[in-house]
Amino acid sequence: MPEAYIYDHVRTPRGRGKKDGSLHEVPAVRLAATALEALRDRNGLETQKIDDVVLGCVDPVGEAGGDIARAAVFAAGYDTSVPGMQINRFCASGLDAVNMASAQVMSGQHKLVIAGGVESMSRVGLGASGGAWPIEPQVAIPSYFMPQGVSADLIATKYGFTRDDCDAYAVESQKRAGKSWDEGRFSKSVVPVKDINGITILAKDEHMRPETDMQSLASLNASFEMMGSMGGFDAVGIQAHPEIENVKHVHHAGNSSGIVDGSAAVLIGSSTAGRSIGMKPRARIKAFANIGSEPALMLTGPVDVTEKLLKNAKMEMKDIDLIEINEAFASVVLRYQQAFDLDPQTVNVNGGAIALGHPLGATGAMILGTVLDELERRDLNTALVTLCIGAGMGTATIIERV
Amino acid sequence: MAYKNFTVETDADGFALITWDMPEKSMNVIDLSVMDELDAVIDQVAGDDGIKGAVITSGKSAFSGGADLTMLEGLLKDFHVKRGDDPEEAAKMLFEGSRKLTLVYRKLETCGKPFVAAVNSTCMGGGTELALACHARVVDEDLKMGLPEVKVGLFPGAGGTQRVMRMADGQQGMQFLLQGRTLRAPNAKQMKLVNEVTTTKKLVASAKKMLAAGLDPVKEWDKKGYKLPNGKVYSPAGFQFWPAANAIYRRETFDNYPGARYLLHSVVEGLQLPMDLALQVESRYFAKVLQTPEAANMIRSLFVSMQELNKGARRPEDQRPNKIKKIGVLGAGFMGAGIAYVTAQAGIEVVLIDRDQEAADKGKAHSEELMGKAIKRGRATEEQKEKLLSKITATVDYDQLAECDLVIEAVFEDREIKKTVTEQAEAAMKSRAIYASNTSTLPITSLAQASKRPKNFIGIHFFSPVDKMMLVEVIMGKKTSDRALAMALDYIKAIKKTPIVVNDSRGFYTSRVVMTYIREGLMMLADGVPAAMIENAGKMAGMPVGPLSLGDEVALDLAWKIVSATRKDLGVKYVEGPLDNILEEMVVKQERFGRKNAKGFYDYKGKDKSLWPGIPDVVGQPKPAESFNIEELKQRLLVMQALETARIFEEKCLTDVREADVGSILGFGFAPYTGGTLSYIDMMGTTAFVDLCKKFTKKWGPRFKPNKLLRDMAKENERFYGKFAPKAEAAQKDAA
Repeated sequence: MPEAYIYDHVRTPRGRGKKDGSLHEVPAVRLAATALEALRDRNGLETQKIDDVVLGCVDPVGEAGGDIARAAVFAAGYDTSVPGMQINRFCASGLDAVNMASAQVMSGQHKLVIAGGVESMSRVGLGASGGAWPIEPQVAIPSYFMPQGVSADLIATKYGFTRDDCDAYAVESQKRAGKSWDEGRFSKSVVPVKDINGITILAKDEHMRPETDMQSLASLNASFEMMGSMGGFDAVGIQAHPEIENVKHVHHAGNSSGIVDGSAAVLIGSSTAGRSIGMKPRARIKAFANIGSEPALMLTGPVDVTEKLLKNAKMEMKDIDLIEINEAFASVVLRYQQAFDLDPQTVNVNGGAIALGHPLGATGAMILGTVLDELERRDLNTALVTLCIGAGMGTATIIERV
Repeated sequence: MAYKNFTVETDADGFALITWDMPEKSMNVIDLSVMDELDAVIDQVAGDDGIKGAVITSGKSAFSGGADLTMLEGLLKDFHVKRGDDPEEAAKMLFEGSRKLTLVYRKLETCGKPFVAAVNSTCMGGGTELALACHARVVDEDLKMGLPEVKVGLFPGAGGTQRVMRMADGQQGMQFLLQGRTLRAPNAKQMKLVNEVTTTKKLVASAKKMLAAGLDPVKEWDKKGYKLPNGKVYSPAGFQFWPAANAIYRRETFDNYPGARYLLHSVVEGLQLPMDLALQVESRYFAKVLQTPEAANMIRSLFVSMQELNKGARRPEDQRPNKIKKIGVLGAGFMGAGIAYVTAQAGIEVVLIDRDQEAADKGKAHSEELMGKAIKRGRATEEQKEKLLSKITATVDYDQLAECDLVIEAVFEDREIKKTVTEQAEAAMKSRAIYASNTSTLPITSLAQASKRPKNFIGIHFFSPVDKMMLVEVIMGKKTSDRALAMALDYIKAIKKTPIVVNDSRGFYTSRVVMTYIREGLMMLADGVPAAMIENAGKMAGMPVGPLSLGDEVALDLAWKIVSATRKDLGVKYVEGPLDNILEEMVVKQERFGRKNAKGFYDYKGKDKSLWPGIPDVVGQPKPAESFNIEELKQRLLVMQALETARIFEEKCLTDVREADVGSILGFGFAPYTGGTLSYIDMMGTTAFVDLCKKFTKKWGPRFKPNKLLRDMAKENERFYGKFAPKAEAAQKDAA
């Protein structure tokens, strides 16, 4: 079986996902094209050699609808022979795109594939694509549908994380992100979004607030309390986890992932493909896995999928040098660390989505790139990347430097 | 054209007045003949060029009580017979049979002529759906409109789900459908379910005025460009609304009620379709709901059996009916005051006696308070309040009992006090008058020893709060006569409550079973189940409150007293268990008595309560939740109660399966979706039930040992409703 290697990766900075965000003026397809162009231009890629472009996008409607990957191929000026497809596994879409591209390469059917993702949350809007899951009783009821924030609070309640625990984690994420920018740790892979004249619109992540401290977070009200009580979702959570008397609402805007715009792209290929484009592989896709997990907790899938993946790969947690787990909510990371008794110094070492933001469809590909850069910077070998997913799923990937 | 159930008269303006007046019935109901005739009436109106529009009204004092549910039972029987040979054909037959009414109403709605429903007073279920199918509704001030189908395990399957949600505000509409609440005229109008409210006399004239004003015979939803009042399901507004609707459904039902569940399916799917298809989808779910055991059991217990008991299924036939004019109530505490209230409400005079005038007056003031609340809610008038209060005489004078037909004692559960008031009352009462004790646990036969006339001595056990709880448990002492029983049942009928008749024993039926529920909760604590999990298991099993919460309500010191008394009675035979330790620690050492001193398994602060953090100090640290299976915990709580009921049945303290079931639901809220304690066993099958008891005996203790009756029945998998099938003549005589 051919191996799948990562040859390069780029991402855009993450713009605040609101009307006053810097990337609000930029169409989703331009964000995606920005990443594709950067990957081509900095590596001198002959794009007709690319077999497919797989992009994750969670709300693929309106301007992001109708196969934004093929649209981005045109916008980026790639050869018309390059096809594209858009995939959706909610928050893990970007990582699943990488895994699918790798699978194409491993199967020998494709040689060179770009995987990534894009989300313009400021323009398309969170939840814009709708779907049966929360609405149709035949899905919502058996799946214990809850808004993710209530599930995150349920995780905190079940596993004993207080508001202070979550806030402290958020403060650390902000600090780490701020430091990483200050030290230029992201500079290798972040490409600015520019206008038609070449004028830079945004060159740096703009959601973070490195000055955040416990006091400033303490002033924020819990975001999901009303939803939980008035909307009936606390009761749903309790019926799924009846040892809980009351759901304690601990999450708020400051310890949850930020809503942002952005895109990412990863160049994946076989060793022969690498030789044909004259590039050296940076890492190998060692293994990946997907799983469905308990849907009321919804966001504990990373634990389940990590267990599955380690078993499949015949590895143990101690074989992993760095872990990147998407910071959808503080309790997701805290639970993951608790489940595997991890040293926090090996997890999300450059901060995560609480500080930097979570452009849904792109995040998986972004954090994969971030941890690869960090492995190289620290000269470590192996990393595990995982994300929690709506409706109770988990995706995880192990990469190894070569 | 002549009809049996309808008359049609067309006036000079060409407006047909369709009067629905079923012969030999006190209430209009929808049965097969009504469906067929209504279909013909619609054809007549539609086909007669001389008729421009029609008014449908009732010839009775109320509009309609809804569909005759026995009709559905017939459909189901055919279905079950056919299912073995050809399941799809059987399902099709049920689907088509159960949507007949839908198609009649839809024909009315689309026949091209305008129909106005002129609705007086009660209008329920299929009656409401008929009114909603009409092009306008005018109602009288006495309106009581509802779609109570969910309460018997069904949902409004003749267009109700679709029309309500196309007329009313989304939230109000869903609440109306899911709760099966009854609407008064102003609410119904505010919800846009009715167009006009008028007096009963002006109903028909107002309806005709609407026709004369040119009422549109085409519904909005049958016109091009129709927009749903609450927006599309898949819209930003829909995404605000429907996820919460699904969650609230689960919060309120614990997903135990297929009727409510499929109601939701039907609404969500139907709102995305044009009306004809929407109704078809509604019918598909309705046919599905009909097949569920939950619906069958709920219809049997909460409709058929309850009606039979209300109509006197257990009344001795040879006893002449009693006309009760005046009763006495001894003890004006919370129970006595409640009994006085419900009695006066039935127009019966009450002598309310307590030791001092102040206490007696306080008891009467309870009625004043309740009526005051009713007036505030627009459910009673000042005049009604005065009339009711005039029926109650608060006094200390036992001589006032002289004219009473029945005297109900509701003093403290103390034998000495009970003995004294019995003697005092009997001294003043007519010799033929009946004396009843409202004791909840003390055996009637022993209380009757204080009586000179034990034949006239009976138990009438009310539940608290008296004005809300519909069940009354009648207890026969050893010497209690049929005449006393007839008096008790006539009285209970007069106050419009549902009676069950049980034979004497400690705790009778309801109290005895309730105690096993609480006990099982305590045993779970001892097993290391987290307290919240016990409570949630109780609620998820369908009980109104968790067992620990109920223990707090009943009072832990009382439970401790009962356990101590039993231990004393049994002496060396008594086996001490974890129950004793928990109760002793809670009551004696911690002085946590329950709700009454705001400290029990819960801490109480005003209306809020939360589990007492000190529970692990008393029972030990709980085991991880993962070590228990929630389904098994739910089963333990229900099986324990059902098993105790089977024991009581074997002891012949209970003699009628209907009373066991109805009594369990009305008396202590036993998981209504099961149809009651014995229906729960039948639903599982006695063989499976006994196997489960045996498994629990091994795993959790000998209290789960199945009794002989059950073991015998299990051999042939006999059902309670087979082996002990109740005589059903009472029901057939006067259905609906």
